[in-house]
Amino acid sequence: MHLFTIDMLKKSCKGGADSNNSVIASGKSAMHEMGIALQIVEIATASIPPHMKGVRVERINLRIGKLSAVVAQSLTFCLDIITRDSPLEGAGVHIDEIPVVARCRSCAHEWQVEKAVFSCPACGSGELDIVSGRELEVVSLDIADIQKESD
Amino acid sequence: MEIKVVRKILDVNARMAEENRRLFTANGVFVLNVMSSPGSGKTTILEKSLSLIGIRSAVIVGDICTTNDADRLARSGAPVVQVNTDEFGGDCHLAAHVIENAAREIDLADIDLLIVENVGNLVCPAEFDIGEDARVVVLSVAEGEDKPVKYPLMFRECQATLLNKTDLLPYLDYDVEKACGYIHQVHPGMPIFRMSAKTGEGLDPWLEWLREQVKRKLG
Repeated sequence: MHLFTIDMLKKSCKGGADSNNSVIASGKSAMHEMGIALQIVEIATASIPPHMKGVRVERINLRIGKLSAVVAQSLTFCLDIITRDSPLEGAGVHIDEIPVVARCRSCAHEWQVEKAVFSCPACGSGELDIVSGRELEVVSLDIADIQKESD
Repeated sequence: MEIKVVRKILDVNARMAEENRRLFTANGVFVLNVMSSPGSGKTTILEKSLSLIGIRSAVIVGDICTTNDADRLARSGAPVVQVNTDEFGGDCHLAAHVIENAAREIDLADIDLLIVENVGNLVCPAEFDIGEDARVVVLSVAEGEDKPVKYPLMFRECQATLLNKTDLLPYLDYDVEKACGYIHQVHPGMPIFRMSAKTGEGLDPWLEWLREQVKRKLG
C-alpha cells in the first residue's frame, strides 16, 4: 500500500496541485496520507486572507486522533514534499495527538481506551460512544511576524 | 501571529458521502461497503451471495489494476462497475466521489442493493465514508488471529465480520475462538459469520442478516 518512489510522489502531487477540484478528487495519490496532505495544503492555503498573501507560514497545527488511520511520519513526509515552492514551504507541522476516549452508554463512565479494548472498565458493557480519537483537523496556522521581518 | 482554521481534513469527502447517501435513499437502494485485506475472499463471497440473495443487486468493484474481479462478478448477471483507482501506483481506497461517478453507470431504479467491493486494504478504506448504509469486514482464517487488534479502526467501523475460508481450518493452526475474542475486544457484540464461500457452508446466516438490513431500510 505504501510502496512508492519519490518521483511517483512528485508526479502525483503535481496532478493534485494543478487541479481546481478537491485534491482528494484528483484520485492520483499513491497512499492515503498523500491525499490527506494535499487536502491539508488546500485548506491551509484557502485560510490565508487575501491581504496576507505572500506571508510565510511557520507552522501548520493539526489534531489527529489516535484511532484514525494516519501515520504521522508519512503525513509529515508528504507535506514536506508537496509544500515546496508554495507559501507553506518550510512550514513545520505540529500534530496534537488526541487520545481515544469512550463513554459507556449504560453507566456513562468515560475512560481512555488503551490497547484496543473497547468495553467499559466500570460495568463491562460494550455499548459505547467514541468521544474523541477520530479527529483529522487543521486547527490553525502560525504566521511569521511581518513587522519583525521588515525591521 | 496565528490564523484560526479548525476544519475537518476529510470534510469534502464527508459532504460527498452525504450526497451519495441522499441519492441512494431517494432511489430506494441499500448500500453495503465490503472491506478486507487482499486475498481474503471478498469476490468469491460476493459471487455466491449475488446468486443466493434474491434481491435485485449491482456491484461496484474497486481495484488498483485489472478487471479480473468485475469479470468474475459479471457472470452472476448483476450489473458490475469496475473502478480502477490508478493504472500505476494506485489509490488504496474508494473515496465518495469515485462512488458517485461509478453509480452513474448503474440504473438505481432497477436495484435494491448496491454492494461496493472496496480495495483490499485494512487501513485506509475505514477512514473514508462513501455514503453506505452498512459496512462489513471479511477476515480469512489464513490471516493472523490478531488482525482486529492490529487494525482496530476497521473493526470498530464495521457492523459485522465475515470469517471466511473455514474449509482450511483442518490444515492451519488457526484458533477461531481467539480470533473471535479479539474481534469482540475491539467491537463487543459484533456479529461474526463463519463461512467458507468456496464450499458455501455458513453462507445462510450471513445472507439472512443482509436481507434483514436491507428490509429495515427499504421496508
